[in-house]
Amino acid sequence: MSWVLIALLVVPLVGALVVAFLRKDDTKVKLVALAFSLVELVLAGMLWFAYDPDGDRIQLKSAVDWIPAFGVQLSFGIDGIALVMIAVIALLIPLVIGAGWTEKLPAGRSQGGYLALILVQTSVTVAVFAATDVFLFYVLFEVMLIPMYFLIGGYGGARRQYAAVKFFLYSFLGGLIMLASAIGAYAMASDELGKGTFDWATLVTVVRDADPTTQTWLFLGFFLAFAIKAPLVPFHTWLPDAAAEAPIGVTVIVVGILDKVGTFGMLRYLLPMFPTASKNLAPYILVLAVAGVLYGSLLATGQRDMKRFLAYVSIAHFGFIALGIFAFTSQAGVGSVSYMLNHSISTGMLILVIGMVIARGGSSQISDYGGMSKVAPLLAGMLLISGLTTLSLPGTNSFVSEFLVLIGSFPTQPVATILATVGMVLAALYVLWLYQRMMTGPLRGDALVAAAAGPGAVGDPEKKTSIGDLNKREIAVLAPLVVIVLALGFYPQPVLDVITPTVGATLTEVGVTDPVSVQEGK
Amino acid sequence: MNLLVAQAQQIEAPEIDYGAIAPVLVVLGAACISVLLEALLPKYQRWAVQLVLSLVTLVGATGALILYAQSDRPAQGVATLAGAIAVDSPALFLWGTLLVLAFGSVLLIADRSVEPGGVFVAQAAIRPGTIQDRAQATKTGMQTEVFPLTLFALGGMMTFVASNDLLTMFIALEVLSLPLYLLCGLARRRRLLSQEAAVKYFLLGAFASAFFLYGVALLYGYAGSVKLSAIASAAAGTDRSDTLLFAGFGLLVVGLLFKAAVGPFHAWTPDVYQGAPTPVTAFMAACTKVAAFGGILRVLTVAFENTQWEWRGVLWGVAVVSMVIGAVLGLTQTDVKRMIAYSSVAHAGFLLIGSIALTPEGTAPGVSATLFYLLAYGFTTIAAFGIVSLVRNSDGEATHLSQWAGLAKRSPIVAGVFTFLLLALAGIPLTSGFIGKFVVFSAAIESGLTPLVVIALVASAVAAFFYLRVIVLMYFSDPAPDGPTVSVPGAFTTIAITLGAVVTLVLGLWPTFVLDWAGTGTFLS
Repeated sequence: MSWVLIALLVVPLVGALVVAFLRKDDTKVKLVALAFSLVELVLAGMLWFAYDPDGDRIQLKSAVDWIPAFGVQLSFGIDGIALVMIAVIALLIPLVIGAGWTEKLPAGRSQGGYLALILVQTSVTVAVFAATDVFLFYVLFEVMLIPMYFLIGGYGGARRQYAAVKFFLYSFLGGLIMLASAIGAYAMASDELGKGTFDWATLVTVVRDADPTTQTWLFLGFFLAFAIKAPLVPFHTWLPDAAAEAPIGVTVIVVGILDKVGTFGMLRYLLPMFPTASKNLAPYILVLAVAGVLYGSLLATGQRDMKRFLAYVSIAHFGFIALGIFAFTSQAGVGSVSYMLNHSISTGMLILVIGMVIARGGSSQISDYGGMSKVAPLLAGMLLISGLTTLSLPGTNSFVSEFLVLIGSFPTQPVATILATVGMVLAALYVLWLYQRMMTGPLRGDALVAAAAGPGAVGDPEKKTSIGDLNKREIAVLAPLVVIVLALGFYPQPVLDVITPTVGATLTEVGVTDPVSVQEGK
Repeated sequence: MNLLVAQAQQIEAPEIDYGAIAPVLVVLGAACISVLLEALLPKYQRWAVQLVLSLVTLVGATGALILYAQSDRPAQGVATLAGAIAVDSPALFLWGTLLVLAFGSVLLIADRSVEPGGVFVAQAAIRPGTIQDRAQATKTGMQTEVFPLTLFALGGMMTFVASNDLLTMFIALEVLSLPLYLLCGLARRRRLLSQEAAVKYFLLGAFASAFFLYGVALLYGYAGSVKLSAIASAAAGTDRSDTLLFAGFGLLVVGLLFKAAVGPFHAWTPDVYQGAPTPVTAFMAACTKVAAFGGILRVLTVAFENTQWEWRGVLWGVAVVSMVIGAVLGLTQTDVKRMIAYSSVAHAGFLLIGSIALTPEGTAPGVSATLFYLLAYGFTTIAAFGIVSLVRNSDGEATHLSQWAGLAKRSPIVAGVFTFLLLALAGIPLTSGFIGKFVVFSAAIESGLTPLVVIALVASAVAAFFYLRVIVLMYFSDPAPDGPTVSVPGAFTTIAITLGAVVTLVLGLWPTFVLDWAGTGTFLS
């Protein structure tokens, strides 16, 4: 069944080519892109069933030689974590395309270019999660930046050039430092085995027994790349700019998917390859994680712009994920991985809903809205649902993961866990306050007031005031997300079953066993 | 009388391995024929004949090179012409590199489609702004002296990378430099800049040659010979004055680093790259870099390998300075050609890292890495300058960055190719630039230069900013209303750009075969 994984990489690329050739006809372009993204979704479903949770560490492997001189292979394969991330990519891309159906692109830009780039981005991102060769991972990690650079820079808001370059340079620098570490690991392998290799499994066996000083340096190289990508405070400043300037669908991809490469990298590369350094440096990383939770939450509360608000919410959530990863218990680990999935779903939904709000009001400033539930009650309801899952209300998907992270981290890291819990309270504050300001109270904002006064009542009678409630397309986009939010909130077992063995294997590679209290809790 | 005869009999004619040096002989021989043609042919025939001669020469020399490389030559290489020329695997690789890069450059030089009459004028020395100067600038007959000049420079470069003693190296250095000084002054547009470039390059180059020669003299005083291997064995175990050795080494290396445009000996680079006619800039940026680093590699690994612990720290510092100067000053440039010039200074720093990557065991993992990097960089640069020569307005090339704004809207293909080349220069994966950086950096880490590699990576990230800035301008900015047009390139320029871009892509995807060639052997010592 390893062809499914290869098909997942190839199908979006073919789609991108077709779309690029059709670029003249906007409607056809959108339909073709949507069709390809749905094929991708079906393939991801097949991948889910082809994966055996109790099987090998890496499954559905396929490999061909690429640069034999360095032992570099084009090798792909998945574990439980990669599977979950690939699935969520395949889920979000059709929704992004659907949500952006009527979005206005900047003058002179075509839908064809936009959707082709999105499909290329899909393929490369899936490949990043599926790569099992460290060199290949690095290559894809950097190549991933190029379509995103053009998506932000070509289709974004007023300060898009600045945001695109900042995004690119931050990630590029991190990647280069990671490359130095990867070469260091390669040099160790060629010393020890007599022949260099970048194969992940082989490198793990070579590097994990290195002396602590070497490990620490190599660890730091990889960590910087992942900390920028994730992003952890203080490496986060590119995210608010990128999220604010990108078009809404691209924001979903940046915040919902690309950032997960950072936390995925921590689990796949940092912990197994550098167990000693991971344990030694964990206290410092936990400080960054807790700082991220608190700082992100506080700044989210104070944001005036909805898209920047989303970025800071994500920074807080990434703090939680990092906390769970570096607490070194299986509960917290499982919690973190499911948090990665659930963050994509809930934040993805929140971003899409906010995109629909912005499409109506024409502004991303919170202060331009007020009392919107009177005009668009369904939209308000959706904002509430996505907000509640973002603040991890019990019964929604995020609750399960946040709870697992906190309860799993407490036995080993009580102080950090207690501090992070404050983040949960702040989450309720920033989400509900946002809802209150925008949806309740008296009508505010030019667009809303005009809409409430009836068509043509204010200003130019020719100008249609088109603030309506959700249309069918928007309902079709959001409905699957609502279903998944609730389904995973009440019955998360299928996902946890896939994740748990991989997290267990990762922790075994680090060489930690659960403290007694966690095992009793099972 | 008898004494003279006796002495004459003692001098034996050296053995000459004609097969080994055939590529150089072909190029230099053709250069002489080319000069004769210039004198004998009527004007209207010259361009076609000279072009055909140059291209046939390059193909023929490459053929001779392939024939010799395929024959059962000694694996460690041969020294011929009384040991003055060493033909070993790196030399063959460098010759091949120089020949193919020169092929691309000659195509750019020969192009007459973007500028009526080609980009060269007849007389470099006419005072700019005078009536005569304006007259020669508007004359559309193509001047063809550039072809023999290019061939001579190429012959010098090929001799330079194969020189086995310092005196031959010096002669080769002059043979390669003098035609270049003249070529720089021949630009049809912006005559004053062009003349300034030529004078600056000549004066500074003369200084550098003097440094080089002084270094040779001191080393001769130290070792009693100018042969590279003799210097190495003299340094291996004697109680001779180290002062002579290191003073000589320092002066010699300054001369070499100057030619390679390594900072802080780079001061001429931006002015000359900007002022010279763009095809000549392409030729210089690609081939001179290859030749200079070929020479540096040979000198360092053959003559000074066993004293590396004394000098490595110094070149370590020079590499850092070069990368920092290239990356930081590149940020402030507003002219495309100057920007690529500073980028070449940064790349020279990366190449120097490869050149000093020698291990204590006496192996040089950096040699094959640097050879690969040179080949990759050369192709990318030629194609990049090819593109620069296409973006023009009524004053000639529009090299100011602001004029490139919105280029992607008007000519998406040109902008797309240039973006790809810039990404290669920045070292983004799936381009040859990345593989080049990767092999150089892994060789450096292998030989214990990890801190230097980290600095280099940070410099790469800084340098990426100015490449990105051009991409931003081309794609995300609105075009200026009176912006430049993109000329439809003639066949020659198209071939040169395509060749460069395709090689950049292919070496980024399947570098193995070139890596294998580059790694077939070591320098003859």
